[in-house]
Parts: sequence; structure tokens; C-alpha cells
Amino acid sequence: MRLTLSSSPHQRVRRDTGQVMRLVIYAMVPGIIAQTVIFGWGVLIQSVIACTTALLAEGLIVYLRKRPVDRTLGDCSALLTALLIAVSIPPALPWWMTVIGTLFAIAVAKQVYGGLGFNIFNPAMVAYVVLLISFPAAMTMWLPPQSLSTLSPGFVDMLSVIFTGYTMQGYDVGQLKQLTDGLTSATPLDTLKTGLTQGMTYSEVLSRPAFDSGLFDAMGAGWGWVSLAYLLGGLMLIQQRVISWHIPGSLLVSVFIFASMLHLANGDLYASPIFHLTNGAVMIGAFFIATDPVSASTTSRGRLIFGAAIGFWVVIIRTFGGYPDAVAFGVLLMNMAVPLIDYYTRPRTYGHAAKSNRKK
Amino acid sequence: MNDYKDITLQGMWKNNPALVQLLGLCPLLAVTATFINGLGLGIATMLVLIGSNITVSLIRNLVRNEIRIPVFVMIIAAFVTIIQLLMNAFTYELYLSLGIFIPLIVTNCAIIGRAEAFASKNTPGIAAFDGLMMGLGFALVLVVLGGMREVLGAGTLFAGADRLFGPVAESWTLTLFKTDSPFLLAILPPGAFLGMGLLIAVKNIIDAKLAARTPKQTEKATRARVTADT
Repeated sequence: MRLTLSSSPHQRVRRDTGQVMRLVIYAMVPGIIAQTVIFGWGVLIQSVIACTTALLAEGLIVYLRKRPVDRTLGDCSALLTALLIAVSIPPALPWWMTVIGTLFAIAVAKQVYGGLGFNIFNPAMVAYVVLLISFPAAMTMWLPPQSLSTLSPGFVDMLSVIFTGYTMQGYDVGQLKQLTDGLTSATPLDTLKTGLTQGMTYSEVLSRPAFDSGLFDAMGAGWGWVSLAYLLGGLMLIQQRVISWHIPGSLLVSVFIFASMLHLANGDLYASPIFHLTNGAVMIGAFFIATDPVSASTTSRGRLIFGAAIGFWVVIIRTFGGYPDAVAFGVLLMNMAVPLIDYYTRPRTYGHAAKSNRKK
Repeated sequence: MNDYKDITLQGMWKNNPALVQLLGLCPLLAVTATFINGLGLGIATMLVLIGSNITVSLIRNLVRNEIRIPVFVMIIAAFVTIIQLLMNAFTYELYLSLGIFIPLIVTNCAIIGRAEAFASKNTPGIAAFDGLMMGLGFALVLVVLGGMREVLGAGTLFAGADRLFGPVAESWTLTLFKTDSPFLLAILPPGAFLGMGLLIAVKNIIDAKLAARTPKQTEKATRARVTADT
């Protein structure tokens, strides 16, 4: 046994990339469990498809680029990207779309820019947006929570839907979306968007079955619980000091403020802040996606601005844009602004006066 | 003759207007959703380029230096108008699908670039050849990009060939695969940017491979240099 003595200051070894990525993956477990319990096996099957594709693609590209394959795969960043893709796409998405999205994330959004640490855009969100604009119909085919649906597909059925498009009994995704009351289900965000265009008020929309969660009025059935599970995982990440509170904090506060402003201006047209916070991808986005250490801002003040701006875009695009959810667009838009934010929020160097003092 | 070989190489590869000079990107990215659209605009641009190069070369000693750019633009505009009227007359459907991008050939920097950089300094014959080669290089990229996007996005190739070649070509459409959910990204403008980036990357890879294959000539020099004037 070798004992090393070194002079002070004694500093503990920082976590390496692989450890950080694995901690983030562990923190996603509550959310993934919630999604599996509420929406069925789809998310697990998608995770397997996405992870396999990501590892194969990353390994092949790193090999072609003559970089160490085992070390790159060992940092688990491809695995995390794949998992983020798997939880953000509809669980019954055809397998080849998942493969295309994951390939795009790893090959184009990450490796073309030079691999982990060089990508300016969040790879998982690039994959999501590529799939969303390429296959808008399939990407909005969300199955209802199993408590509401007439046919809740089991594991084999789900596998069959993903790979062939039909369950073992021959139902397709459209039929799986049927609710117990005969209506077709939609996500809470979709329900709000179509409800408002049909002339319903916000409170009328909330009486639809998509909002039967029992906790808050505005919380989507099933969806709200998934959001809370990701909130739990995210708080674990902050407690473990894997991420700082700046980005999720400012993002959630900014969503709350902007949604409240709109809601107070016209409560019939604009959804309440609780609606915006508990539905869609805001929670997972705030804690797991916007906090990506590579593509997010790196200074403390910069992170506050970065998160707040994403929150602003989420509310604006959800309310006035064509797509129901906007976390991916918000994150990608602000990824572009990161160099600018970092430039203007550079912290004062130790021993140097602040900029404003120097001018005097 | 060596001149012509060099001009061919410059236009098609080394100094390709689309891949290297990155000129005329607006029509390049906007109309290349299909093979035939790319081919149509490529031919139109090439004809304008040849015509304007010859004319500019013919009048190069008559135009005063101070007003040469407006004169070049008017010459190019005249040729673009000719092409536009011809396409309106003979390939009406293609004319409709290319739309504003036919008159916009006037603003294609590749054309005024060749007028200024080459035609105004060379004799008409060689200027015409330069126009042909630069136009071919541009059209080639349009066609490759259009074909790529059409195959990925719609699963077909040569769709709508009759709009350029007349009713004979109605059966030329190749259907590679049929799908209910086409890969819209390839057809939408972002797909053009991505495809363009990939083409440039492929060209750079080939260039790097070629450069690696040709032996370095400096290896022969055994004499050690002591001065810094390399």
C-alpha cells in the first residue's frame, strides 16, 4: 500500500465525465419509471433502440476518426443522449424514426462538430427537432395514459407496434389513442391548442379527460406525475452538485412569470403557470436538457440569463407558435446565443477591478 | 490547349462556384428540392453565364472602368430576361415551379463574379469556355444536391422530368421506395444546408486524399536551408 503525502491545499478529486453522465442517468430513473407505469412499455423499448443505435454509431464514428473507442463510449455521454431522446419521443414511434433521430444526434449534432465538448447544440434536442419537422404526424402520436385508454397495450403489443405498426390484434397507433369515452386522446398541450382554436375557453379545456389527474386542475392526467418524477430526479442532481441551481431555477421562475403575466391578462385564452410547469417537457427540460454542460452557458450570471430566456421562449412559442411544445426550440435557440452570453457575463478575474470601475 | 484544361479543372472542381466560391447559394439552396428543378436552374444559369461572359469579353475594351459594374449587370439582366421568356414559352411548368428564382439569376454572384474576374480580362473564345465550365460546375452541384434531397425526401428520382423534356419524359420517374411518412427534413430548406455542408465535406475529403497521395516535391531537396526565405 502506498501512502502519499502532499502539501496543502488538499482538494478532492473532481468527478470525471463518465461519473457525471452516469449520475444524470441515475437521476432520470424516477422519471423513466413514472413514464413506464403511466404510459406503458414503449419508453423502455425506445430506450433500448436509441441506446443501441447511439453506442454503435458513436463507436463506429470514433473508430473512423481514429480516436480511442473505449474511452469515448465509457464516458456514457452517448448513452445519456439516447435516453433523453427515448423519453422525449412518443412511446409508439416506429423504430426506424428513433434510429434516424439518434443517428442524427450522434453523427451530425455531436461528432461532426468534434465530439463531446465541441457540440454547440444539445444533440438530444437536435434529434427531437429533426424528427418533429420531418415526421410531424408520427411525432404527435402520443398514447393516452393507460388509466384512460380502452386498449392498454402490453409489452409484446408495444414491441409489435413499434416494429410493425400494429399490435398483435391488428390495432394501429390511431386506434390505440381511443379513450374510454370514444374520443381520441391528445397530450394536454395538444388538447389546449386545439380547444382554443375551436373557441373553447381555458377553463372549458381543463374539463377534458386529459386533465383528470386529481392533484391540480391544470395538471395533465399522467403527464403531471411524470413531470413531478423528473422534478424529483432533478432535485437529486442539484443535491449531488452535478448541476447548479442557476439554469433550472431561472428557467422555472421565468416560465412561471411569463405564463402568469399572460394568464392574468386574459385567463380564458392563456393557460395558467401551473399548466405550463407541469405539462410537456418543462421539468425534464429544466433539469436534464438545458443543463447540458457542453451546450449551456458556463458562467453563473450567464446561466441565469440562459435559463430565463429558454423559459421565455417556451411560454411564447407554446402560446403563439405552431407546435404544442417548445422546450426543444427554446433550448436550441439559446444554444446559439451561448457564446454571446458567455462573452458578456465573463466573471471578474481575481486581482482585477470590475469593468465599470476600470473606466473611471 | 493547356489553358482550356486548366479552366475545366477550375470550373468543375478546384474553383467550383458552388462548392468552393460558395456563390449563388440562394437559388442553390432554394430550388434543389428535386433533381429536375436543380437541372432546370443549372441549365438556365449556365446559358446566362456563357452569354454574359462572351458579351462582356467583347466589349471589355470599350467600357470605361468606372462604369463597368452597371454595364455588366445590364448585360446579365438582358440574358436573364431572354432565358426567362424562353422558359416561359417552352417549359412553362418548370418556369412556374422555379418561380422568382429565374429572375433572381441576375443577382447570382457567380455570374457577375466571372464577368469581373475572367471575362473582362480575356478574349471571347476563352471567356465562353470559362462560362461553360463554371456553369457546368454550378449545374452539377445543383443536380447532385437536388437528386440527393429528392431521393431522401420523396424516394423518387427524375420526378417531373416532363416539365423540362416534354411529354416523352413522363415515364422517366424512378420510384426507389414508397413511404407514407416522407423524410421532410431533406425537402425543407434546412436539408439543403445540411446537404450542401456534406457535399463540401466530401469534396474536402477527396482533396485531402489526393494531396496525401501526390508525393511531396520538397522531399528531393537534401540541401539544408539556412535562410528563412522559403
